[in-house]
Amino acid sequence: MQYQFDWSVLWRGQSAQWLLQGILTTLEISALAWLLASALGVLSGALRTVPLRPLRVLATFYVEFFRNVPLLVWMFFWYFGVPPLLPRPVQDWLFNHGAEFWAGTFALGVYHGARFSEVIRSGIQSIPKTQFEAAASTGLTVAQAYRLIIIPIALRLIVPPMTNESLNLLKNSSIALTIGVAELTFQTRQIETYTAKAIEALTAGTLIYLILCLGIASVMARVERRFAIPGLIARVGRAEH
Amino acid sequence: MDFGVVVSNFGFLMVQGFLGFGNFVGGTLRLAIPAIVLGFILGIFIGLGRLARAPWIRIPATGYVELFRGTPLIMVIFWFWFILPILLRVPLPEYWVALAAFVIFEAAYLGEIVRAGIQSVPKGQVEAATATGLTAAQTMRHVVLPQALKNMIPALVTQFIVLLKDTSLASIIGYVDLTKAAQIVNNREIRPFELYLFIAVVYWICTYSMSRFSRRLETRLGSPMGNPA
Repeated sequence: MQYQFDWSVLWRGQSAQWLLQGILTTLEISALAWLLASALGVLSGALRTVPLRPLRVLATFYVEFFRNVPLLVWMFFWYFGVPPLLPRPVQDWLFNHGAEFWAGTFALGVYHGARFSEVIRSGIQSIPKTQFEAAASTGLTVAQAYRLIIIPIALRLIVPPMTNESLNLLKNSSIALTIGVAELTFQTRQIETYTAKAIEALTAGTLIYLILCLGIASVMARVERRFAIPGLIARVGRAEH
Repeated sequence: MDFGVVVSNFGFLMVQGFLGFGNFVGGTLRLAIPAIVLGFILGIFIGLGRLARAPWIRIPATGYVELFRGTPLIMVIFWFWFILPILLRVPLPEYWVALAAFVIFEAAYLGEIVRAGIQSVPKGQVEAATATGLTAAQTMRHVVLPQALKNMIPALVTQFIVLLKDTSLASIIGYVDLTKAAQIVNNREIRPFELYLFIAVVYWICTYSMSRFSRRLETRLGSPMGNPA
């Protein structure tokens, strides 16, 4: 079969509108999931370094279980598996208010929260022990030491690996298409279905992802330079893809 | 909740879905193992290319890595699904589409591991090899690569864990892996909670035991490559 290119399918009909909606949905689900993941990541990452064993065990269980199972399985679990167990009114409410979007956000946020947690923990562990000792000797409680000293330093240390993980989150939001969230990959497929022009549609989708990723990476490179702590950054600077 | 559905379909889920023996061409391991081996071979060339002095090798290799690391894996799978039949002019089974997509995609990440591994070998080793009269190619083959490989092992195990999880995405194009097998059973039995929780535990047992193994290796080998994901 001879393939006939026709790039105009990308702006004829509804394609442009679909792509735009796709970009917005991708950014929306990624941003909400990022907030959830950050909250869970900071909480569990910090809990894994505290001296209280039950809290450490709980946080470790969360991290090790959620990040070691494929995100796709979590999407199916949270979208198909959990809602039937909820009370009837909650189910009705969910399915009238875009259940797939909320399940997708939740799956993405909880999965990446576990991955953020690892980044944050390695950030905290790379802080010299003397900082903890100095905080204790000035009379701060453990909670105060974390809130005022440890977490602010850790947040600056983890900018580079955190950027990587955030971009992973953005790319992984594409998996939400499997439960019917109309994000960018979903819309790319939709254009392909309506126009039968696979190469054009996929090129558009791929380029948009590349632009988003490279754009965010270059902005974060500036942030990284601004917030780097001289002499400390190199210890956790090596990013885990 | 009734986990009987898992017991009665255990054979299908594990033998067909996980290992890949049965009526369907499928299997999580049957995809993951060839993909990591072939991806690593391609990754060696990508990693060496990234370190090459000649710009006509280095720039394409860097572009390759940046392209695939900036694109979601699903996108790459769809690319291969649509492109390969057009290029080869024959319909291709899901297995080969998925394998090609995983090898090409993972090679970008594995190439970075290879590059970091090679860079972790001290410069003195290269100088000493040159001093004994080895050529550049001999130095790479007999001195640098064997040491680099040792340093890479923990990161490679970690990447295999990532790959094993990623193979679940092959179910999107209809490849019958563990995830797809659970979907097939669920379509008949409508027990999503039990089935998806079960496969989550199966994936977890594999990936978690491997990550423990990788951590042990790391302490034993004293890896200078930092902590993998």
